[in-house]
Amino acid sequence: MAEAAIELKGISKNFGSVRANRDIDLKIAPGTIHGIIGENGAGKSTLMSILYGFYQADRGEIFVNGERAVIHASSDAIARGIGMVHQHFMLVHNFTVLENVILGAEGEPLLKTSIAKARSELERLERDYGLEVDPDAVIEDLPVGLQQRVEILKALFRGADILILDEPTGVLTPAEAEHLFRILRQLKDEGKTIVLITHKLREIMAVTDNVSVMRQGALVATRKTEETTVEELAELMVGRRVLLRVEKGDAHPGDFVLSVKNLTVEDMRGVKMVDDVSLGVRAGEIVGIAGVAGNGQTELLETITGMRKAVSGTVTLDGAPVELTGEADPTDLRRRGMAHVPEDRHNMGLVLPFEENENAILGYHWQDKYVNGPFLDIEAIRRDAQEKIEKYDIRPTDARLKTANFSGGNQQKIVLAREMEQDPKVLIVGQPTRGVDVGAIEFIHKRLIDMRDQGKAVLLVSVELDEIRSLSDRILVMFAGRIVGERGPDATEGELGLLMAGVEEKEAAE
Amino acid sequence: MDLFNTLVLLLDSTVRLSVPLLFAALAGLYSERSGVFDIGLEGKMLAGAFAAGAAAAVSGSAWVGLMAAVLVSVFMALVHGFASITHRGNQIVSGVAINFIAAGSTIILGQAWFSQGGRTPLVGAAGRFGAIHLPFADALSGVPVLGPLYSQLLSGHSLLVYLAFLLVPFTWWVLFRTRFGLRLRAVGENPAAVDTAGISVQWLRYRAVICTGVLTGLAGTYLALAQNAGFVKDMTAGRGFIALAALIFAKWRPVPVMFACLLFGFLDAFSIRIQGTPLPLIGRVPVQFMQALPYILTVVLLAGFIGRAIPPRAGGVPYVKER
Repeated sequence: MAEAAIELKGISKNFGSVRANRDIDLKIAPGTIHGIIGENGAGKSTLMSILYGFYQADRGEIFVNGERAVIHASSDAIARGIGMVHQHFMLVHNFTVLENVILGAEGEPLLKTSIAKARSELERLERDYGLEVDPDAVIEDLPVGLQQRVEILKALFRGADILILDEPTGVLTPAEAEHLFRILRQLKDEGKTIVLITHKLREIMAVTDNVSVMRQGALVATRKTEETTVEELAELMVGRRVLLRVEKGDAHPGDFVLSVKNLTVEDMRGVKMVDDVSLGVRAGEIVGIAGVAGNGQTELLETITGMRKAVSGTVTLDGAPVELTGEADPTDLRRRGMAHVPEDRHNMGLVLPFEENENAILGYHWQDKYVNGPFLDIEAIRRDAQEKIEKYDIRPTDARLKTANFSGGNQQKIVLAREMEQDPKVLIVGQPTRGVDVGAIEFIHKRLIDMRDQGKAVLLVSVELDEIRSLSDRILVMFAGRIVGERGPDATEGELGLLMAGVEEKEAAE
Repeated sequence: MDLFNTLVLLLDSTVRLSVPLLFAALAGLYSERSGVFDIGLEGKMLAGAFAAGAAAAVSGSAWVGLMAAVLVSVFMALVHGFASITHRGNQIVSGVAINFIAAGSTIILGQAWFSQGGRTPLVGAAGRFGAIHLPFADALSGVPVLGPLYSQLLSGHSLLVYLAFLLVPFTWWVLFRTRFGLRLRAVGENPAAVDTAGISVQWLRYRAVICTGVLTGLAGTYLALAQNAGFVKDMTAGRGFIALAALIFAKWRPVPVMFACLLFGFLDAFSIRIQGTPLPLIGRVPVQFMQALPYILTVVLLAGFIGRAIPPRAGGVPYVKER
């Protein structure tokens, strides 16, 4: 075997008391696609950030093409031919594609000549790799799939031979993801080495040659992809056997509890974010809304839960209308039995510097059981929080701990416990498992099914298609602010993927 | 003809009064485009004016004054940079602190060194940037219409006036036609993109605040050694804030910055011109109202007429590496 493209020896990195990377040894063969899989917080991104010079390792050595490399900054990594496509794109939103590509690699002090050179180089790259994109388009006008292509072009323009992609498919439709994989295979055929970081097992199986599994900061195994299975990888990731498929019985839906009719919502600029949406959720069923992030799901949830004003349309909760244009009142909605697990738990679901027990009642703190005259009944609140901690298996089990110190999965459980324990009629859930580890996902999915079986109406929005498919009793697909189709739980991924990409209902059926 | 002459005079003082605003607003443009908000333009300008006045008074040379002003302003800009770039402090607090330090220390040092109640001694002609007469200015002044425009409006300003207006296209060129400008704009919008492209965010921002320092030094020099013949306490009189308003007004773009500064300069000139003279229909307008006009105008125009002024996205936010 030839010299490894990348070899890591004994890499360790601590953030305070957190051991993000522990003594990691890894060899990546040149001209292969190497997957790195692990749960959120397993240390994958940290490891790659060290390789790209974003962080420095506390201990350990890096070898690139057999040579020891000291990587202090991203410029060192770039000079070694390492390029990275970040999970959150590192693009300047109001620059053109060309300007973004040359940023930092201009070559000379005046832009005129460097732009001209970059233009022809870009044309060559586009031709060679099928990476078409208009060089004069402004980034913010491009769909995310194309933005990602710009990131890849950026790396290739800098002469990268080793390309690291951090969770590249999170923002893509299945079709876009498939296109990306084709590009990656082609890059591999050209002799590039590709490192793919992901938490999606299916992607690993689809595109990689080798796969390394990380768990709690350590690299626990490396396998040839063809010699392993999804089940084995899942077990290695979590450290125990996991159920990949949610077990659930049939739904027994009752009456409509939540109905939305002809709802239209505009953003500050007057652009329609939700366009004439009608839907209904019955007691005892889970209705899932699938779609690529940014197609109006967020605005839809925010409007239904009283955080955003609508332009027109009605929302009915348990037979009574919900105020949509005037002063909507989330507290009033909560009183009327609408519980809400917001998409963005850090900004909307929790106050991170608060203690766990405070967050466990936030939004319900006015209830009689938590107050004592004009004061909060601290004793009752803490007792209540402790009960929820036990029931929802929240760890650590300390209700006085600052919420910021809980892991993503446990923070999400705090929100879920708060909302589910109110015995709501309707549960609105946005991205319930975003940034949550596999073990907690299993638990959260079970709880959502329980809610359904108790006769609650559940409206679920998720960009994880697998999640939508395994939980929902009915699936609605949202694209460009509109509901473009409804399917049953047995809908295939391809079918939903086409709808998510905005392919018309008729065409999708063909 | 009389009206025409009045108009020429009015425009002439508009140009003079807009120059310090223009220097200061362009100064702010460099810093803010890089993502470092600078509310301390006022303080840096004041310190620069004091340094210019003091150095020119001692040395008798305008150029020594100018150098001293630039050095002092750059130093204060670096203090702001140290607080807000290196130590990731609050940029507003740091800017306010600089304004206070400048306001206080110029008076104390002025009194201690020159004992003239916070002023610096008057400087002679060699210590000032005097008027430059363009060729044929006198000869052509008799030509109707164009003559007065040339000899009064274009000719007869100090070197710094011409420099200020030349800096407008120059700044545009730097910002949109050079590598430095590209990176400067990028770091103000998304510093992480700059960092991952292998460029030092901190060094880039430091260079931007140094540009700010140089330009506020020029603004101060103009006030002390071109408009006046020495430093007078609090001589900036809020111009740093007007410049900031002009910058927002112009949405952080060089050419509109010039027009915004000219507009505010015109309001200033107009308010001086009509002091005491009653206007037809309205009657006598209080001076205070005229002086408040630039601010009122900013609020009114920002509130509805020019659309949203969207600042550089990373403005005011210290850059911290994170995934």
